[in-house]
Order: sequence, then C-alpha cells, then structure tokens
Amino acid sequence: MDLILSAIDILMRWDVALALLAGSVGGVLIGAIPGVGPAVAIAILLPATFSMDPIVGLTVLLGIYGSSMYGGSIPAILINTPGTAVNALTTYDGYPMTARGEPRRALSLAYSASFFGGIFSVLCLILFAPVLAKIAPMFGSREIFLAALLGILLVVVAHRGQSLIAGALACFGIFLQTIGLEPVKYTSRYTFDQTFLSGGINLIVVVLGLFALSQAFVLLTSDDEKIRLTKLHGGMFQGMRELTRHPRVASVSASFGVLMGMIPGVGEFTAQFMSYTYAQKTSKRPQDFGNGSSEGLIAAETANNAVPAAAMVPLLALGIPGEALTAMMLSVFYVHNVVPGPGLFQNQMDFVVALYLALLILNVLVLAFLLVATKSLIQVVRIPNRFLGVCILTLSFVGVYSLRNSVIDCILAAIFGVVGYVLKRLSLPAVPIILGMVLGGIMEVKLRAGMARVKEPLDFIDRPVAFILFLLIIIVLLVHIIRVLKDRKELKEAEWQTKTASTRFGGLLWRRRNSFLKDHGKKVRARHSKLLRRLTDLF
Amino acid sequence: MTSERERRFVGPRRGQLIFALGFVGLSVLLISQITTQTQWVERSKLFAQPRFWPGVGLLGMVGLAGLHLYRLPWWRNTRYDWWEARKWLTVLEYTGWFMGYVLLVPVLGYLPVSLVFVPALAWRMGYRDRRMMWISVGFALAVVILFKSLLGVKIPGGAIYEYLPGALRSFFILYL
Repeated sequence: MDLILSAIDILMRWDVALALLAGSVGGVLIGAIPGVGPAVAIAILLPATFSMDPIVGLTVLLGIYGSSMYGGSIPAILINTPGTAVNALTTYDGYPMTARGEPRRALSLAYSASFFGGIFSVLCLILFAPVLAKIAPMFGSREIFLAALLGILLVVVAHRGQSLIAGALACFGIFLQTIGLEPVKYTSRYTFDQTFLSGGINLIVVVLGLFALSQAFVLLTSDDEKIRLTKLHGGMFQGMRELTRHPRVASVSASFGVLMGMIPGVGEFTAQFMSYTYAQKTSKRPQDFGNGSSEGLIAAETANNAVPAAAMVPLLALGIPGEALTAMMLSVFYVHNVVPGPGLFQNQMDFVVALYLALLILNVLVLAFLLVATKSLIQVVRIPNRFLGVCILTLSFVGVYSLRNSVIDCILAAIFGVVGYVLKRLSLPAVPIILGMVLGGIMEVKLRAGMARVKEPLDFIDRPVAFILFLLIIIVLLVHIIRVLKDRKELKEAEWQTKTASTRFGGLLWRRRNSFLKDHGKKVRARHSKLLRRLTDLF
Repeated sequence: MTSERERRFVGPRRGQLIFALGFVGLSVLLISQITTQTQWVERSKLFAQPRFWPGVGLLGMVGLAGLHLYRLPWWRNTRYDWWEARKWLTVLEYTGWFMGYVLLVPVLGYLPVSLVFVPALAWRMGYRDRRMMWISVGFALAVVILFKSLLGVKIPGGAIYEYLPGALRSFFILYL
C-alpha cells in the first residue's frame, strides 16, 4: 500500500497530468491516421522528451504506445485499413460489421475490449511487481547477456520465412553499434579516420531514419486514396454490455497478451494470433470468424492492448527491450542516467509502479476521450497520404536536428531513411536492426563483465537462471530448426505434387527406357561413351 | 510458370536479388577491412578484444545474407528488378528536400524556412489549391510554436536574426 501511495505521489504533478493527456490524445490521433503509427511518433518526439523529467517523458511515450492501438482500430473498422500494423487482425471482423451496417457496435466493442486488455494487463503487472522485484536481482551480467541473446534470437525466428535476412539485419545492427571509439581499450573501430564516426552512430538517428523518414518517403511516393467514411449514429456504450457476455474470451486473450508481451521479441502479433485461434476453436459459431464475429474482434483487440504494459517488464526489470518501441524508450532512461534493470526494481520500485499507474489512468482517459470524440476523430483518416508525408518529413527534422544540431546526423538519418524505404518496398523487417543495435551493446558489455569471473566455459551457466536461459536458447534454436526442416519437407512435397510426371518408381523407369530409345537418348549415350573412352585411354 | 518456391517466398520478387547482392557485397567489403579498422590487443581475452563484436556482427552479416542470397528462388535480374532499383532512386529527390531544409535553417531561421518549406513541398506534391496552401502554412507555424517556442527543443536561431534590432533579435533566436 505504501508503495502505491508513493507512486501516486510521483504522479501528482501538473506536468505528469499534462503528459498523460497529451500522450493519450496524441496517441489516439496518431493511431487513427493510417501511415503514421506509434514508432514514427515516438521516434520524432524522443529528443523532445530528453529535456523533461524521466517520468514525464516516459509518460508521453507510454501514452502514445498504449493509446495508438485504440486509435488504430478506427480506420481498421471503418475503412478496412489498419491504423497501426497490429490492428490488421481487427479488420477481419471489424470491417465486415461495418459492411453490414454495424460500425458503431464494432467500434464500441473494440474500445471496450482494448480497455479491458489494457486494465487487465496493468493490474496483473502491479500485482506481479513484488515477485518481479524478487526475481530481478537474480540476474547478473551472464543472465542479462543470455536474456539479450534470447531476445535477439526470438526476434529473428519470429520472422517466419525471412529469418535468414532478419538475422543478417540484426547482425548489421550489432555491427553498427560497434562503430566508433571502443570504451575499454580506447581503440577506434570502423571509423575510417573520420572524426564524425568516432562518437559512434546514434541510435536515435538510425531510428528516425528507419521509421520516420522512410515512412515519409513511402507516403511521398504513394498515391492518395479516396476514402468513403460511414456515418456514425447513436452512443458508444453498447460494447461494454456485449463484452460482459464474453468474459472467457476476453480474459484468456488478455492473459495471452500479458504473457507474450513479457517475452522479448514476441509481442502483439503472436498474442493476437494465439487469442484469435483460441477464440475461434472454442466458439459456438466458428464460421462467423472473419465475417464480423464479435468474439474475434474482442480476441484481437484485447490481446494487442494487453501487450504495452507487459512489454515494459523486460525493459524495466532487466534493461532489455523486446521490440523497437521499448528500445527507443530505453534511450530516455539512459539520457537521465536512470539505468533500468534489477537495481531499478530494488531501489526505485515506486517509480516502476508509478509508470504502471500512469498506464492505468491513461486507459481510462483514452476510453473517455474516444466515447465522446469518435465522431469528430474519424475525420483524421481523410488526411491525404502525400500531405502526411510532407508533415512527417517536416517533423523528422525536429527529431534529428534537435539531437545535436549536427548536419552529419541528418545525412546519416537520410541514408537510413533510404535504407528503411528499400526494406519497406521489399517487405523486409527494420526492427532487427534496432534491436541488434540496442541488444548488441548490452551483450558486449555484459559478456565482457560475465567472462571476467569465468574459468571454464561451463561456469557461464552454472547459476540456475543462467542455466534456464541457456536451455531456452537451445529450445528456441531446436524448434526453429525443426520448423525449417518441416517447411522444406512440405515444400518438396508440394513441388512433387505440382509435377505433371508420375513420381512412382515404375513410372521413372518407363520414362528412362523411352529416353534411351529416342534419338536424343542415343546421342547422349554416344557422347557419354566417347568421354568414357577418352578417360579410360588415359590409364 | 511460378514455381512452388517462388510462391512461398515472403515479400515481392522485384528488387530482392539486387538488395541481397548489395548487402552481401557491402558485408564482404566491410569484413575485408577488419584488420585495418579494428585492433587486436595483446594479453586480452577473446571476448574482451575490440575486434570481437565487429567480427561477430560482420560474420553474421556475411554468413546469413550469403545464405539468404543462396536460398533466393531467382538468380537473374529482370527488367522489373531494375525498375524497382530506379524507384528506390526516386526518393533521393526527397532526401534532397530534407537536406536543403537542414542546411537552410541555421542560416535563415527555423520559422521562415518552415513557412516556405512546407507549402513548397506540398506544392511539389500536387496540392495547389489555396486551402491546402493555408493548411501547410498553419502546419509549419504550429510545428515551430509547439517544438521551439513551447517545448524548447534545441534548434539554433538563424544567422539572419543577427540583423534584427535588440529585443526582437533575442526573442527570435530563443523562440522562433
């Protein structure tokens, strides 16, 4: 109780209240505009939050992160275009509801489900915080290194069908963070004798290039879409009542969200997929899924909104971000010399609980705002794509230039913007680069510290947590290898099935016999026998 | 006819081979420089070597990107690949706009450059009616006021502000 009271004390400030309001309203607006998304907004606002108190800056960023998915459901339901990437599953059941004349029901259901997911997740984590505080100190250098390695592996293997290039991009991120003056031996690495590279490549410059500038380029080179909006009539409260009729789907989906959110590199998509599959398999009307099922909509929205609070767990408890957005937030901590990790849980637990309480309040604010302002808010989806690109390009300048007033930073951001644009055009992931940069830095420091006290290789995993993490890494690798082999087997089977010729052994012999008897076969045999004769003549 | 491997490939075909070749080429070029660009310190463990982590990153890049290239279902660039590469180059125009904005702000000041840059780029993008021009000007003004005047982000005042009279000069440098 004392902990909660001291956390409330941290939050009782006018600037925190303002940050909560700005974060929640701003996040909803950003989420509602297809093509912007929380990553772009957080990347742009990041340098602006450096001058604020950690709690104020983090509240703004958390607000955007937590509330953008609420806003993202609006275009997903009304115009079949997800506002943020994680709202893609919402279109499956949300848009068919709109198509059959129930947009208000779909929106109110999405808001209620998101609210439930958000609140469930925060409450779980507030209750879970004392346990985390006990577990976190068990993580020393070796454990944090192994957890970071596990995080990077999970991010790579999560990109099914693209894991090789995702791994290569993560390694590119690891390489990028090594550029500059090495902090222990003071030797330069890949600076090519250029002074501007001595300080290394700033994470925020890369983030702004890969997320904000690349998105601006995508929008500037795309066409404007004609949007027809459905008019909304009546109140938005019926979703609350409908949600109470599906408590099982809502609570299981929220639990999936919390669990998946806590695992680095997994996140919203897996949580949504698992919740949706569960809801469909246990539903009395599975045929409705994809055609406007209320249970499907609840599963998708509850799961994705339960993730943001949970995603803060590895960041706060271990200092390991599990995805791009939390990786960006890590830099806010570093700027203020607050080092997230076991120490934060031991010494500043009230700060951690204050962050969770801020998320709790934020969910209430967002719901209240949406219930009142949805009808006016839906107009933001009308902003033309290319004009949005102009706006993002203008705002990206603030993000990059305000960092160090460096033209070189801007050139680097522009280069990474082009790289991000190419990756987007090829549907390749940019997130592994960011996580490679952040986790690569953590791994370098922690491995050096961890190996200092290790005499034999096996000593590295002689502590229980380290051993469990090592086992998890092996399991992840094994599961991935088995999946790759299974995919290859399926591919081979599919290739055989699409072949017109028979695959039976008898059929093979029959074709061989015919080939021998044909003129071409005779020529081939003559050529082979000539070659064989030349070969035997040699001996 | 599209093969099963091509059908199962995640993402579009166009440009994949050029990107993979470029990535592998860059990785090989970087790893070939490792002995000159990093140092091997005597009497230091392998994990504490300055060369260790760049080596890990670059070996991963070469190995994994090489495997990605090897596993690609296409080995020949078609005209669609070259069209895609040309499309990548079109964004250089917008990087030019961005860099122009960056270079002009310290000279002419944040507010004046923004008031010209946003409507000019909006004009270039085809929004030529008066309403969109006013929206562009309003947006530029709002961005400058929000970020520089209210949030106080670090953007230097323009060199041109030095010619303004006393109090106005410091106001412009600080807030606009």
